[in-house]
Amino acid sequence: MAVPSFLARERIVARPGFNRWLIPPAALAVHLCIGQAYATSVYKAALVSHFESSLTAIGIIFSIAIVMLGLSAAVFGTWVDRNGPRAAMFTSACFWSAGFLIGSLGIATEQLWLVYFGYGFIGGIGLGIGYISPVSTLIKWFPDRPGLATGMAIMGFGGGALIASPLSRQLMSVYDPGYDPSVPTSIASGNAVSMLFLTLGLVYLVFMMFGAFIVRVPADDWRPAGFDPSSVKQKSLVTTDNVSAANAIKTPQFWLLWTVLFCNVTAGIGILEQASPMIQDFFRTGESSLVAGVAATGFVGLLSLFNKGGRFVWSSTSDYIGRKPIYMVYLGVGMVLYVLLATVGSTATWLFVVLAAIIISFYGGGFATIPAYLRDLFGTYQVGAIHGRLLTAWAAAGIAGPLIVNGVLDTQGTPGQLVAGNYRPALFIMVGLLAVGFIANLLVRPVAATWHEPKVGAPTTSTPERSAVR
Amino acid sequence: MSSSTTTTDTPQGSTHTPAGLIGFAWALVGIPLAYGLYQTVKTASSLFGG
Repeated sequence: MAVPSFLARERIVARPGFNRWLIPPAALAVHLCIGQAYATSVYKAALVSHFESSLTAIGIIFSIAIVMLGLSAAVFGTWVDRNGPRAAMFTSACFWSAGFLIGSLGIATEQLWLVYFGYGFIGGIGLGIGYISPVSTLIKWFPDRPGLATGMAIMGFGGGALIASPLSRQLMSVYDPGYDPSVPTSIASGNAVSMLFLTLGLVYLVFMMFGAFIVRVPADDWRPAGFDPSSVKQKSLVTTDNVSAANAIKTPQFWLLWTVLFCNVTAGIGILEQASPMIQDFFRTGESSLVAGVAATGFVGLLSLFNKGGRFVWSSTSDYIGRKPIYMVYLGVGMVLYVLLATVGSTATWLFVVLAAIIISFYGGGFATIPAYLRDLFGTYQVGAIHGRLLTAWAAAGIAGPLIVNGVLDTQGTPGQLVAGNYRPALFIMVGLLAVGFIANLLVRPVAATWHEPKVGAPTTSTPERSAVR
Repeated sequence: MSSSTTTTDTPQGSTHTPAGLIGFAWALVGIPLAYGLYQTVKTASSLFGG
């Protein structure tokens, strides 16, 4: 699939002297926009009322988008790597923006299927391509600090919801003067949500195009000043060889990392999805809870801060202590924290908040560190495509996490009457999942040389299916 | 911010990234991010506000 020449990778090779610190804001311009996907709860009630539908029916919009994220990242990963970040960001902007515009039309004409198709299907493709679009470029620009670089971009995905949530409330109050965001029971009109979609679609289009047009790829022989690639090779598990995406998925290392990501994300989603009622249930005495609804909303906000901060802080830390050790922390310390949450978490609010916040920071860190881990094991050649395929673990975890937590809680009692003890089975299942992930991480070894791409000028030997995609 | 170099020249010659463009790009992503952070901290503070 060829792209117009102005989008082609060859057109955006940076000249000598280009400042690489222009690349993180280009990546953030995309990730801050697509991160809106996590802010859908803001207008959920308004859509339920507008379509006279159920929470489940409206929730499907988000589910379609996340499934499409995983699928499109997996399917288009190789295309993204081949055509470069500008083509990917441009395409992502078109799909993401079109998703909002079609969704807006669907809301205005009261056709829910059009919202499924627009925001969910079309927008979801934009999500997947956008999510992986800057990853391999950042890794190539920051070979000395890949964890920091990808942490910054993937932090942006978390940051997108922080911006979109309050912005959406304010915009809806402008489009519907009867809507008061400070009153929890106030619901915006469908017209206000339609106008919100239209506005966000246009704003995101401009914002993401800015990222697409300032992004550059480094020349093949480019190195940061003072950077010695041989110093990277000295770290265990880090390769200077390359493995194609087609071959990567045939290695045990890929599936071990898939398991690691799946377990880490499933455990984190379990808390994130249930955060607000969970803190109230943990401190319930009889019919009421020591934690008021407003404070529970504050808890959700605090978790989103730690989710976002963890992406940057832990991923940057992995540049110093290594990728395998940091996942031992996410999964191993995570297990201890989950046990503490299940056993002593209900003794004090501050303890519950601290434990949950650290757990969620590990959840975010797990997302942000995985591209650098892939770079270490498979090289930079098709790391974007490999990352795309690995994100199917996210889609699977997005289904498994809520299923486990909701499934267990359904057997324990009625929402609004649950207490801390009712959460214990679900939390101990999460401990078990983290243990599986911990073992998978321990089993990760360097990729066998037979899977490496031949070096330029090296004689071709009989190896497993060399990649035909260059 | 660290600068970066190439080991060889390319046919297109060298370039210099204007500091203003870098500042503008960071402001464009930084200001909305600061707004989002401020709003979230304000919401989160209700957890400790009693």
